[in-house]
Amino acid sequence: MLLSVENLRVAFRMGRENGQVRRVEAVGRGGVGIGFEVPENTTVALVGESGSGKSVTAMSIINLLPDNAERTGTITFEGRDLIHASGSELRRLRGRAIACVFQEPMTSLNPVFTVGRQITEPLVQHLKLSSRQALQKAEDLLNEVGLPEPKRRLAAYPHELSGGQQQRVMIAMALACEPRLLIADEPTTALDVTVQRQILELLARLKERHRMSMLFISHDLGVVGEIADHVVVMRQGLVREQGPVAGIFANPQDAYTKALLACRPTLGQRRPRLMVIDDHLAGTARADLTVVKDPAAPIVVEAHAVSKSFWIRRGVFGRTEFKAVKGASFSLRKGHTLGVVGESGSGKTTLGLALLRLHDPNGGPTGGRALFDGRDLLKLSSREMLPIRRRIQVVFQNPYASLNPRFTVAQTLVEPMTIHGVGRDGDDRLARATALLGRVGLDGSALNKYPHEFSGGQRQRIAIARCLTLDPEVLVLDEAVSALDVSVQAQVLNLLKDLQDELGLAYIFISHDLAVVRFMADEVLVMKDGAVVEQASTEDILDRPQQEYTRRLIGAIPRGYTGAAAAPT
Amino acid sequence: MSAVLTADGGATGAKAPRSESTWLGAWRRFRSNRVGLWALIVLAGFGLLVALSALGWVAGDWQTEKGVANAPPTFMGPAQPQVASAAAAASGPLLDLSSVDPLAPRYREWTERAAKLETTEPHKVDTLPFGGDRLGRDVLAKAIKGAQISILVGVLAALVATLIGTVLGALAGFFGGKIGDALEWLYNVFTAIPSILLIFAFAAVAGRGVQSVVLILGLTGWTGIYRLIRAEFIKHAVRDYVRAAEAIGASAGARIFRHILPNVSHVMLVQLSILVVGFIKAEVILSYLGLGVSVDQVSWGTMLSEAQSELILGYWWQLVAATTFMAVFVTAFSLVTDAMRDALDPKLRGLE
Repeated sequence: MLLSVENLRVAFRMGRENGQVRRVEAVGRGGVGIGFEVPENTTVALVGESGSGKSVTAMSIINLLPDNAERTGTITFEGRDLIHASGSELRRLRGRAIACVFQEPMTSLNPVFTVGRQITEPLVQHLKLSSRQALQKAEDLLNEVGLPEPKRRLAAYPHELSGGQQQRVMIAMALACEPRLLIADEPTTALDVTVQRQILELLARLKERHRMSMLFISHDLGVVGEIADHVVVMRQGLVREQGPVAGIFANPQDAYTKALLACRPTLGQRRPRLMVIDDHLAGTARADLTVVKDPAAPIVVEAHAVSKSFWIRRGVFGRTEFKAVKGASFSLRKGHTLGVVGESGSGKTTLGLALLRLHDPNGGPTGGRALFDGRDLLKLSSREMLPIRRRIQVVFQNPYASLNPRFTVAQTLVEPMTIHGVGRDGDDRLARATALLGRVGLDGSALNKYPHEFSGGQRQRIAIARCLTLDPEVLVLDEAVSALDVSVQAQVLNLLKDLQDELGLAYIFISHDLAVVRFMADEVLVMKDGAVVEQASTEDILDRPQQEYTRRLIGAIPRGYTGAAAAPT
Repeated sequence: MSAVLTADGGATGAKAPRSESTWLGAWRRFRSNRVGLWALIVLAGFGLLVALSALGWVAGDWQTEKGVANAPPTFMGPAQPQVASAAAAASGPLLDLSSVDPLAPRYREWTERAAKLETTEPHKVDTLPFGGDRLGRDVLAKAIKGAQISILVGVLAALVATLIGTVLGALAGFFGGKIGDALEWLYNVFTAIPSILLIFAFAAVAGRGVQSVVLILGLTGWTGIYRLIRAEFIKHAVRDYVRAAEAIGASAGARIFRHILPNVSHVMLVQLSILVVGFIKAEVILSYLGLGVSVDQVSWGTMLSEAQSELILGYWWQLVAATTFMAVFVTAFSLVTDAMRDALDPKLRGLE
């Protein structure tokens, strides 16, 4: 056995309370630890939602935890005890026998050193190569991870590479000393689906060729099903279930695993409501209310060849135009959802923000027309825009960033009503805010709290409630569920659907995740490099894609364990 | 969490508790910080002292020469009388100079006139509580009176500089573009001129006095805080929460002052406490150069500049009195701003 973990518990010391050290258990609960094994030449996946302790588990293997962490239990790597290993012993192992790849390639690479220098560093340090040999080896490695023109890339700085290329460099660095165990902590989460597919294939290929083992950490069962041999499902610091991948997907034993599989929006079929983990665990399924949409509903927003450019400074006086959106046309009907999909940099967010007029007016020219209530959104002065703002609202991707950290929830919700004169007085507005909180599934006690006291899903609910204070007609949802865990995602998506059915809201749903778009949208716009490459109803796009790019996008979506007999329902 | 939609939501529930205002919450958090609270009490003490001395109830008689010159502090006891070794009396008869002294005939007349006048030597005490200066003035009274001017100058000038720096920095950082460029030019002009020269220039225009010192220091000292606030605003202006505020229709002013400013207030508070210390010291230099407060006023700065000549003679008490007052005030001030920063940050709630 290459690595075995037995009864591992990790706790963080969080200051003192009444003279006692306060400990927060990250892994293990109440004296019960976790255990799993990584055999040679095998990929083991740790799956769980945020806060399940999966990353802490992985980082405790080579003790990359902060100083206030306390580890107990046994971790044995090739017969060596890693819990009691000294700092210098661990340093010899790190990068050499055990290597790591992290989630954010942009922040994991040092921005002031060239790629070549960063790859050769472990080679010179661990393998005692000369710098000339190390450079040669670095070039070979970059070639192996599939980076074109490896020789030229050695002299490049990290910011000159795309996200996928950066992750390839990180993998090359990890492979430099031929590790026997590769710890990959969410290596593809920050990447586009198509790039994610390439990286996953690369990792699988490299694992075969180098005969190494991999500990793969992910929240995404779809990814895990494709790459892992063995799956460990974690929740709240404990292992809920572990076993070979086929068994986990085809015949899950644990209720939580079953729920996790069921809550994923899938490409396979379209359902009016998603299962929510709590429902699934409780065994109560809510009756699906199917609301038939009126295809002749009035058009709310009609866009004709909307385009948006940015000025890029060149030299002292020069500037060139960068076309971020090149002519998008669509019409959005009341109560309907327009999905906008594409990879990062495709201009989908720019399109949404252009309709909301949230760009710097001097940043670059806009073109085309976007009619809302007979008026062109793109031409209105900011004074004329103010009453329109009330009717078109936006929910941003990151609920941690989109709420003012110094405002209580009450202040956040009352402010828009004060600006637009909704409600009679302060008390009336506060009552409305309380009612809206109830509507998004939070109670009145939330009013006096600050955003940091809520979880990601709750914050996104607050952001949605803020939009609803103004009774909008159109909501722009800019990757509104991308930062959320699977189970929370399902809750928020259901909430959005319910609100749409009830209030007749029209959504512009911007996402990179086709499975989520399939659940939400009636019509889909596929964007690439600022241009709309395909535009059709959701069924047509997903079942009969016309464009090569759309097919590639759909093909890249992780499908879970394909050997499984039936897709989970 | 699944029963998301109940038709009437929380509307039927009990009336929502009145939201606690930001400032009330901040005060509640401040109160739980014991160090900050003590520092605030010390500051309040200083405030009281300044108010009383401004009204003339305390230390109004600081100019009275109560003690002997350089009277030592009471606990040291009176100074040893200087035993001057008298020169040995000359031997031999005294020379009669009356033949050559042209004033000799008037000596008698003068002695008679002097006898008619009565001179009273006021009783000068040998020791004073904190010692006396070279004129025998009470150092404690001087330090209290000096606090009035120093604190006024330091705090007011720091407030002026912080206000200018914050407003300009916020505008430059938030709007950028032409406004930002123009303000950058202004900043460059101010930093390109050596600061002492700039202070001279302003002093030449503003003249002498406490108000002009405040004005001079405020108008020249805003550059550092401007830069920091501008950088923070550039960072925050593109954050999602500011975008979200724009999306709900919040005006530019509301976004700058209601949304972003509370989020960067820590920079402001830290700079404010640094500036107060710096300006109390700057007033010393200005006074030393003859551009500060007038000679019939006293500040900690003038006390310090007097102290340097006294120190050579071993009279250390004026220096100690001025620096002790200054150190206590400055420490209390920075502790209070520190506590304020923590109190205004809701994220730290519950950690103290």
